[in-house]
Amino acid sequence: MNELIKKAASLLEANEVQVVIGYGLGSAKRPQAIFVTTPAGCEQLMFDNRCIQNLAVYLTKQEIRKLGKPAIVAPLPVLRSIVQLVAEQQLTEGDLVVLGIDPDGKLLEFSSFKAIESFLSDHKIVIEEKYLKKIEEIKNMPVGERFAYWVELLEPCFKCYACRAACPLCYCTRCTIENNQPQWIPVASHLQGNLEWHVMRAMHLAGRCTDCEACYHACPLGIPIHLLNKSLIQDLSESFGDYGPKISEPNMLSSFDPDDKESFIR
Amino acid sequence: MQTGNYSINEPSMSKLFDNLAEKGKTMYAPKNRGERILFQKVEKFGEIAGDYLLTANSAKEVVFPRYEKVFSYKKTQDGILINDPTGNPFSEVVLWGSRPCDAAAFIPMTNTFEKDYIDNLYVKRRKNLLVLSFSCNTCDEFCFCTSVNGGPGNTAGSDILFTRLQTGDFLAEIITEKGKKVVEENSSLFEASTAEGKEQSLAKVEPRFNQDEIQAKLQELFENPLWAEKSRACLGCGTCAYICPVCSCFDIQDEAHGSQGTRLRCWDSCGFSLFTLHTSGHNPRPDQGTRWRQRILHKFRYMPDKSKIAGCVGCGRCSRSCPAGINILDTVTAL
Amino acid sequence: MSEFEPKIVAFVCNWCTYAGADLTGTSRIKYAQNVKIIRFPCTGRIDFMLLLKAFAEGADGIIVSGCHPNDCHYTSGNFHARRRWITFRSLLDFLGIDVRRIQFSWVSAAEGAKWAEIANTTVNNIRELGPYTDYAKVAVHLKKEAKV
Ligand code: SF4
Ligand code: SF4
Ligand code: SF4
Ligand code: SF4
Ligand code: FES
Repeated sequence: MNELIKKAASLLEANEVQVVIGYGLGSAKRPQAIFVTTPAGCEQLMFDNRCIQNLAVYLTKQEIRKLGKPAIVAPLPVLRSIVQLVAEQQLTEGDLVVLGIDPDGKLLEFSSFKAIESFLSDHKIVIEEKYLKKIEEIKNMPVGERFAYWVELLEPCFKCYACRAACPLCYCTRCTIENNQPQWIPVASHLQGNLEWHVMRAMHLAGRCTDCEACYHACPLGIPIHLLNKSLIQDLSESFGDYGPKISEPNMLSSFDPDDKESFIR
Repeated sequence: MQTGNYSINEPSMSKLFDNLAEKGKTMYAPKNRGERILFQKVEKFGEIAGDYLLTANSAKEVVFPRYEKVFSYKKTQDGILINDPTGNPFSEVVLWGSRPCDAAAFIPMTNTFEKDYIDNLYVKRRKNLLVLSFSCNTCDEFCFCTSVNGGPGNTAGSDILFTRLQTGDFLAEIITEKGKKVVEENSSLFEASTAEGKEQSLAKVEPRFNQDEIQAKLQELFENPLWAEKSRACLGCGTCAYICPVCSCFDIQDEAHGSQGTRLRCWDSCGFSLFTLHTSGHNPRPDQGTRWRQRILHKFRYMPDKSKIAGCVGCGRCSRSCPAGINILDTVTAL
Repeated sequence: MSEFEPKIVAFVCNWCTYAGADLTGTSRIKYAQNVKIIRFPCTGRIDFMLLLKAFAEGADGIIVSGCHPNDCHYTSGNFHARRRWITFRSLLDFLGIDVRRIQFSWVSAAEGAKWAEIANTTVNNIRELGPYTDYAKVAVHLKKEAKV
């Protein structure tokens, strides 16, 4: 941690960055996002396994961009989001300094976005065993039962959109769900409205989602909506090969291979 | 207001629940749902969650559903037919297991919907609602009811307040005529008693601020860097408003379907960037700082200025659930 | 009881399948009348959500069809669409929406007979599966009184 604090303080000292986006302990002794603007303030920076919010979400927020050039504390999930944001042209080289944290908690420095990409090629997205089992279990239900399962699971959703707000890749300033002329997806949180909202969310993140789980952790009702994203990650990697954020290749769903294989088109 | 104290034992509690449910009333109570405990419809006493401080969602859905039909219309040869749901019968609802803060929230909520404009949908639901609350014997670091004129054994807003005494029995304080009627109709379950032992059974919720002082300070602080500072991590979601028992903003949506359709009111939140966005593109609250200011001012200045009651009952739900870890106490105590 | 007549909605591209279906007609090939065709500029324009809207409105089955690979009027619309269908189909299946009720196909402007065959087999398959009410049921809220 000392390493991180020292590095962050020196970046602010030298005015290389104007703000450090990191984790600190909040008043209720929970880790939360903090925005440090002075070298002395860097003492507050911390990192442990309770730091689960994906800080990359702040890189595209106007309120944070106004603070100046940021350095960002970036454990694996944040690094993945950064690369995906770069691939989608939301970040440019020189926009930020990445203070990477490797899985052992050590500080990582990167010379370029490419360097992050190559680091990530050794740290691929792997869906956890417990989730693979859960997905399998759902897939094995008879189709009607499976549908009823999801309807019931999504029923409590009151559309607070915390899942969207917490996702670094949901950076649109106007979401499809807010287009109501004509109304496309019902705004009301009834069964159809909820189902279509989550179908839309999953589809818009297909091939882009980096499995950070920020959406799930954000949901105040604890709805495991990330299962949809995880199941898609599994299926897409089977259909289209190596899954994960990449700068050197086009996005999975905005590109194609003339030889894409399927078994259902006649 | 108080109309008497009774005691009731645990087996009789379950009998009371059954008696109310048998009368065809819709029962709402805290119940496990996936990973959380939520207020939701329950059929049987056994479904009610045993161990909880507060439900993740608030109980406001019983009077202010997350979406609600205002009217529906249909174009016919004889003109446009309008169906106004306020003419329909509304089911009688029992809210079972609310906390004193949940119950207290119905007071500012009623101010909102019954003061300047009388909202018939709300009036009908509120009239048909019986509130059976339970005092708190525990609290956590997010609770601050005692700073907003409430408390872990507060009776405001409830029809009956139950307190689990150290003896294992419950003290039942009858607060309203509705509550009295429940006792009369189930008199074999209740025994006359005193309020003795109540205080010792309540959680200790330390006061965190003085609501009147906050209200006074907020008369001045409209332009202040504090709003942006305290909301820096805010993601602009709807969690704090949707989870709040007092928040009552809504949006009007039409769901049209050919020549018929429905007008709905759906929850909305002042935290959303689109909430105040004008058609012109201008947004008078252009960032999360100004939106956070609105939230605090509305609850701690505008509402008490107007009707003497704060728009916050100190349940702490917003702070417990905020995905960015924003704690409303941090802002209020920093004023 | 009268026999169940499936309602099928077909989302087709203008340049191939729509023209193909037209050829079916001009060649006087008879096919099931249950299929309501909706024309799109290209399969790339067929928004995934349209399929759900069709189910919400009570469709029992859906056909999605366009130009064969390499024949798209806009060069690659159908290649993009294919990836999206693979993705969407996997998501729908995971959600328990009955993907046996969605038939994807490539039908060119010259394949009038193939269109008739796709339409007929789809209608037969759906006839066997029976009416589809799962999705339409979650969309009936409009007709009911709003919940408490
Ligand atoms: S959808 Fe969820 S898991 Fe995927 S990138 Fe967004 S927040 Fe992370
Ligand atoms: S965070 Fe949860 S309740 Fe809010 S919109 Fe997402 S799934 Fe629904
Ligand atoms: S819940 Fe938290 S992040 Fe969401 S709007 Fe409220 S303060 Fe902001
Ligand atoms: S503002 Fe927060 S603490 Fe106050 S009543 Fe609403 S949810 Fe509870
Ligand atoms: S024009 Fe037919 S698929 Fe693109």
